[in-house]
Amino acid sequence: MSRIAQRFAALRAQGRKALIPFVTAGDPSRELTVPLMHRMVAAGADLIELGVPFSDPIADGPVIQRASERALAHHTSLGDVLEMVRRFRSEDPDTPVVLMGYLNPIEVMGYQVFADRALEAGVDGALVVDVPPEESHDLVATLRQSALDLVYLLAPTSTEARIGKIAEVASGFVYYVSVKGVTGAGHLDLASVEAKLAEIRRRISLPVGVGFGIKDAATAASVAALADAVIVGSAIVGRIEALADAPERLLEAVAAFLGELRAAIDGGRQG
Amino acid sequence: MATNPTELYHWPDAGGHFGPYGGMFVPETLMHPLEELRLAYERYLKDPEFRVELDADLRDYVGRPSPIYHAERWSRQLGGAQIFLKREDLNHTGAHKVNNTVGQALLARRMGKARIIAETGAGQHGVATATVAARLGLECVVYMGEVDVARQEANVYRMRLLGAEVVSVKSGSRTLKDALNEAMRDWVTNVDHTFYIIGTVAGPHPYPAMVRDFQSVIGREARAQMLERTGRLPDALVACVGGGSNAIGLFYPFLNDPEVAIYGVEAAGDGIATGRHAAPLCAGAPGVLHGNRTYLMEDRDGQIIETHSISAGLDYPGVGPEHAWLKDSGRARYDAVTDEEALAAFHTLTRVEGIIPALESSHALAYAAKLAPTLGRDRSILINLSGRGDKDMHTVAAREGLRL
Repeated sequence: MSRIAQRFAALRAQGRKALIPFVTAGDPSRELTVPLMHRMVAAGADLIELGVPFSDPIADGPVIQRASERALAHHTSLGDVLEMVRRFRSEDPDTPVVLMGYLNPIEVMGYQVFADRALEAGVDGALVVDVPPEESHDLVATLRQSALDLVYLLAPTSTEARIGKIAEVASGFVYYVSVKGVTGAGHLDLASVEAKLAEIRRRISLPVGVGFGIKDAATAASVAALADAVIVGSAIVGRIEALADAPERLLEAVAAFLGELRAAIDGGRQG
Repeated sequence: MATNPTELYHWPDAGGHFGPYGGMFVPETLMHPLEELRLAYERYLKDPEFRVELDADLRDYVGRPSPIYHAERWSRQLGGAQIFLKREDLNHTGAHKVNNTVGQALLARRMGKARIIAETGAGQHGVATATVAARLGLECVVYMGEVDVARQEANVYRMRLLGAEVVSVKSGSRTLKDALNEAMRDWVTNVDHTFYIIGTVAGPHPYPAMVRDFQSVIGREARAQMLERTGRLPDALVACVGGGSNAIGLFYPFLNDPEVAIYGVEAAGDGIATGRHAAPLCAGAPGVLHGNRTYLMEDRDGQIIETHSISAGLDYPGVGPEHAWLKDSGRARYDAVTDEEALAAFHTLTRVEGIIPALESSHALAYAAKLAPTLGRDRSILINLSGRGDKDMHTVAAREGLRL
């Protein structure tokens, strides 16, 4: 069983929901990413989504765009990100890591080279924002040979037919984008999320994470009541941006915020 | 990967692929809206009422057909093939861009979308979009990089006069590619009531095929006009290629005419060897950007790099996927000319023929000026004069140290 499947199975057995933080690798510096990952695990992260910076992040709002720009200012490459995961993995054999980004850096590295290096580094899966199932045939086949999961997005605009199509190829978990928009946008509407998750679960048995628009502990708790995982990105990256020049305080602030989210998610379970 | 010359050209496939290029590389949120767009487009393309309305708009509003003009004096000077210009510069708003915006705006209205968005570099597509939006009474938002807003003030004002909101994009390199990123972000957010009019033959399927189809009126007219004027097809076609919509518009109706040589001309900027250029087909590599796989200007990590060209309309790090396929299949040949060469051609056409061309089109002229002397006087070259140079007065004057 993959690390991702194991983690979700263990959580399910405990009746708990996963907390999945997103940070961009190399933001604000290359040195801070691995300590930040460990710190997030200590503060309650169940799985880490590590953003691979890209020059043209069309699905991201301003907060994550700027994180990409900061990481690219010191040339954080896909190769560097894999190296960060390798270092993280040498001390943490259990916490799954999913790389999240855009196709072009993987395309330029080559699917097979990426799959080999990702497996060797201890990556568990990839979420490639601009690869829908229609374009994922070669990528998913290559990743699968290396036992890596390809995580697919689902959206409010995904029709029943599209959900079915994604059901055929998805592994690990699926990521429901709760709002029409970019990362960090708008307010999510719980009633519509609940309705859509029911539709998704009729066709997909994998765990379903919900992200986009989860800004605080209260929203995290409400989403945790509906989904298998709560994914938080911009709200964390915004805190990183605010303290980019003060690494120690940055680690503290992110850990404190994750602690709040963790408590809210677990508290929701009891209440 | 040579195409079989006896096999009729049939790209793209059902998924929007031109060989290995094109496709739909977009976030899931946009997949269903793109499917709806494709179905609507395919339906209206066959709808006689839509065709009648589009043809009437192209005739009465755009001013089509545009003439072909035999540049006799320039041909004599060059001492080789006869040069014909397809006069897209005479269209309403001054370039070929309006052929596409008229078509997409009609589609938007039929699909019941009340709001239109567009990206623009030099501002030509933005103006052409704001123009049709004004006429149809549609809300219009145009995304334009902050750098381009500063260097294309007149077009920004023109769009505002037409009632469009111009949003200055401050992310990334603050040029056309970033304007496109921002337009995609707007679309993903407002997709229910918004129609995104992409200005070139790039983006996810169905855009490259749809924009090609709207622009191919250029080649259909030109093919008939050349047959009528000269009794045969031209020996060569030449067009500039940024995203590549004017070029595909000219080339497409000739793809099954193997005797017609096809040349696309990219912007070599300061020279290919300097790295300061905008020539992905000549000096880039395949990758994925803005919804399609194509040739890109990218670094070895797969990050998109900045482009350089005197012509804002060619200043784009990608190129339409169909051009990538025409290059690999060998049907078209792609080369690049420098800023200096384009400027020289700009001045030549202005002084010899009394036609001031756009700097974009001047790239095609510069290449044709090299090609013509290699061909006999009984041969002919058809150049797409894709736009007029009024918008470039400031740029050209600045090169000569003048301020207008």
